[in-house]
Amino acid sequence: MNRFEYIRPVTVSEAVAAGAAPGSTYLAAGTNLLDLMKGGVTRPVQLVDITRLPGLDRIEHLEDGGVRIGALVRNADLAHDPAFARRFPSIAEALLSGASAQLRNAATAGGNLLQRTRCAYFYDTASACNKRHPGAGCDAIGGDNRLHAILGWSEHCIATHPSDFCVPMTALDAVVEIEGPQGRRAIPLEQFHRLPGDNPERETVLDRGELITAIRLPPEAAAFAPHARYLKVRERTSYAFAVVSAAAALRFEGDVIAEARIALGSVALTPWRPRSAEATLAGARPDAAAFRHAADAALADARPSGDNAFKIELARRIVVRALTLAAAGTPARMPALPASPFAGVMTHA
Amino acid sequence: MPEIALTQAPAHVRMGSSIGQPLTRREGVLKTTGAARYAADHHPPGMAYAALAVSSIARGRVVALDVAAAKDHPGVIAVMTPANAPKLALDPDAKLHPFMFRLDVLQNDKVRYANQPIAVVVADTLEAATEGAALLAPRYETEPARVGLDGHERFAPQAVGAGRPAEESHGDVEAGLASASRRIETVYETPGQYHNAMEPHAIVAAWDGDTLTIDTPSQGMAFAQDRIAGLFGIEPTAVHIRSPFLGGGFGSKGLISGPQILGIMAARLVGRPVKLVLQRAQMYGPVGHRAPTRQTMRLGADDQGRLTALSHHVHTATSAFDDFVEPAATVSHALYASPAIRTSHEAVRIDTGTPLFMRAPGEAPGSAALESAIDEMAHASGMDPLRFRLANYADVEPISGNPFSSKALRQCYEQGAERFGWSRRPLAPRQMRDEAGMLVGWGMGTATFPAIMFEGHARAVLRRDGTGIVELGAHDMGQGAWTALAQIAADSLGLDLGRIEFRSGTSDLPDAGIAGGSAHTATAGMAIHGAGADVIARLADLATGDSRSPLFGAGNAGVIARGGRLFRRDNEAASESYADILSRAGRDVIEGHGSGRVDPAAQAAYAMHAHGAVFAEVKVDPDFGQVRVTRLVGAFAAGTIVNPHMVRSQYLGGMIWGVSFALHEQAVTDRRSGRVMNANLADYHVPVNADVPSIEAILVEERDIHVNALGIKGVGEIGVTGTAGAIANAVWHATGVRVRSFPITLDRLIEP
Repeated sequence: MNRFEYIRPVTVSEAVAAGAAPGSTYLAAGTNLLDLMKGGVTRPVQLVDITRLPGLDRIEHLEDGGVRIGALVRNADLAHDPAFARRFPSIAEALLSGASAQLRNAATAGGNLLQRTRCAYFYDTASACNKRHPGAGCDAIGGDNRLHAILGWSEHCIATHPSDFCVPMTALDAVVEIEGPQGRRAIPLEQFHRLPGDNPERETVLDRGELITAIRLPPEAAAFAPHARYLKVRERTSYAFAVVSAAAALRFEGDVIAEARIALGSVALTPWRPRSAEATLAGARPDAAAFRHAADAALADARPSGDNAFKIELARRIVVRALTLAAAGTPARMPALPASPFAGVMTHA
Repeated sequence: MPEIALTQAPAHVRMGSSIGQPLTRREGVLKTTGAARYAADHHPPGMAYAALAVSSIARGRVVALDVAAAKDHPGVIAVMTPANAPKLALDPDAKLHPFMFRLDVLQNDKVRYANQPIAVVVADTLEAATEGAALLAPRYETEPARVGLDGHERFAPQAVGAGRPAEESHGDVEAGLASASRRIETVYETPGQYHNAMEPHAIVAAWDGDTLTIDTPSQGMAFAQDRIAGLFGIEPTAVHIRSPFLGGGFGSKGLISGPQILGIMAARLVGRPVKLVLQRAQMYGPVGHRAPTRQTMRLGADDQGRLTALSHHVHTATSAFDDFVEPAATVSHALYASPAIRTSHEAVRIDTGTPLFMRAPGEAPGSAALESAIDEMAHASGMDPLRFRLANYADVEPISGNPFSSKALRQCYEQGAERFGWSRRPLAPRQMRDEAGMLVGWGMGTATFPAIMFEGHARAVLRRDGTGIVELGAHDMGQGAWTALAQIAADSLGLDLGRIEFRSGTSDLPDAGIAGGSAHTATAGMAIHGAGADVIARLADLATGDSRSPLFGAGNAGVIARGGRLFRRDNEAASESYADILSRAGRDVIEGHGSGRVDPAAQAAYAMHAHGAVFAEVKVDPDFGQVRVTRLVGAFAAGTIVNPHMVRSQYLGGMIWGVSFALHEQAVTDRRSGRVMNANLADYHVPVNADVPSIEAILVEERDIHVNALGIKGVGEIGVTGTAGAIANAVWHATGVRVRSFPITLDRLIEP
């Protein structure tokens, strides 16, 4: 068989030391990594199983009003934590729109940030992919790329980041807590993933051996709770990655938007935070014209990377709808079809 | 319980004691507890594991394999390549009859399609075999792949599907079009689709000298026996196949595939039992698929909305090295009355695994196009789609002029429309919205599938204790053969189901015929019916000829078999138990045999089809184009319903397949490499539960005295037909946008 070392450290420092070894990869739930290994897409020399590390599976509501999500908190546990879902409803909605119930029961918060693109040419080891083999070329360009990137892509890679969770997290200024051989640091999630540029094989700013220990939301993030939604358009009603998704969060002062947060998913190799679009809404009234103006700003730099021009207009419309839904207010109960355009649709028995 | 009217059955068998009951699946507990053993669950002593290596190119030659690296890997026993693969007694490219398909089983270094087997690694563990296969690191001499329908020379195939002519016509289509007051010409496209049975093709093969025992899922064990025997130069009777359960087949397990043959070859090579299970991605190539189609529909109608001409032309693809042509146009033969009908097919050869029968071959894509075109013609005629279909209702089969053996389609339309509420449908599109602002649309389609039979045989035994045995090598793909056929078996012997030992699922039993073409229940059921009748006739002879029996003198046809007793037809007070008859005669058993096959005279005189009507409601997000089917109502008439529970499941499953056809399924082939890029169930979408909120199947009563004595048509495929078109028509009705390319994905509905 494909032999690799497997170790299961019991402290973070042991894990980091092991993770710094060449060819080492951290293993949490493995919902993505194990598939990649079975397909020969990645062949780590050593797996450092972090699932037994103490203290990383906690949701801590901090005294300052923020929350720290341990890297090993399961998606389902986070989404169903009542206090978390109440204060950060768009994140719970995003989590519940992802994957399947079985996967949500296993997949972790930290792992979610590090999931790889779903680009078929990345998974297909017979295809050229600059992520797998820097300099090999990109077979997605000129291939089947109907769902590929419309923002931030380069001629070396047109893949997208598939996460739902990261989209509202980015919008709400989440911060990634990292522990590595050089100590601890914290960086904004918005800066955690890298656009492809000339080095699509470098997907995050993590240095060798660095381990995500937690993701923190600042106290201000909870202020958006009354007006925060996640919307995900996909090609079947459930268990599909987004064609395009958007998180929208609004904070009102009277009838006027004091602050808007927007992030887009599945449009780029990172969760996409169009700050210029957010800025257009500061002080605006929540009407269709303002939302369309913001959507235009959000997609101003978009360009197709192949047969995917439709995603640009689709993304604009999703931004408008997500803002509209957010302005209407967070629903009292989680919809039966979280994040779906059909969330509010009754079906006949 | 309804008593079934019989026309050809011996009158002394009283049917109906078990047929018609909604029994639950008799093997259900085995399956839900994991006790049911599927092929890959077997593990004979000394078994080794095989893993396929498959080509990553679609056309060319393998010029190098790192066999040494694979062999050096710990646990690897052997690497089978064209250099050392066992020689076969028959060239696997020989085509001795149209149902013999060419197989890629390591007889040369050629690559004819992506995912073609190019080596097999056998090892002590699955992991070692898998890694060994990865270590082969093949190098190729690559030729440009021929991909897609365009840019290749078209040819007129000899035959389509299972042997129908590629072109058929009735009347003068051009004249019919010329005389029409309204004409449409539209082109519909359907993608390549893969069967994707939940259980991948798997085999456990064990040789004992020249005797071969295999566990493998099969929809046609006798066919497989013959194919294997021919390839290995042994007698068919030396091939013992066990296939009691299949995790779905859908046509892909009808004929034994190349990878299954490779498992047998590997077992011979290493002298040990070998298990070979395909990985999901490896099912996208060597085990068949449904080819893409481009269908041109030309319809003419008069000012009353009656068709004057119907022309259905199909452009499809087959492999570069074999012939199977999706018979997509033949659906237009039997459905709508038209004085002129022409169907025609042409194909191109591309670098793909050979397409094969896939659930509702021909009818599935053909019906999607036909039902869409009929909807477009109804709209052009300003008519409600149901009214238009009724105006073109065929009282005889349009292409042949033959009467139908039975046709309760009118009742299907009525009952389905009533249940759905069709009469409230606005004629114009884009008229309905729900409370959430979603566009709502209603569409319909007619379902149809031919009622055919293959040939099957069965054996029945009555024992002295009054219990019975009925046995035949039938195939249960999940459709419920273990249950439905046992019900027929019980009736055939006039016994309660609990008194019957029903044996099935191995090739050592009488051949029950292939489980395909929605023909298995009719074929195997008629064989069972005949075997039971044979037993009862012998039993009646014993009793009525014996002066000590209360039945003496009743005459062979003067008795009825029921509940383990024979009764005098003219005086039911006179009866005798089976046990008493056998006991007095000093007989331990009575054995009977039966066969099921179509009656050629009836087939020549009548057109035999099942019918149905499917009504669909969809909701479409007006901005995003995301479609969701919110209601489906299907009403189907298919003759005698042996088990309403199983039949309903078949209809529901077929309709969900139709949802998949309409909205989800498509193989995405890279236009440069010819590789299927979504060869996994995350990216090759089929509906999930949330895509099927409300679905209902109505079983419309229909009696057919011509199809066979039991009146059974087929139910396995008809649910697919009609449904895809109904959904497409509903999407148009919701949006006003006619998408003529399947699946209907949201990018096609977004208006910039």
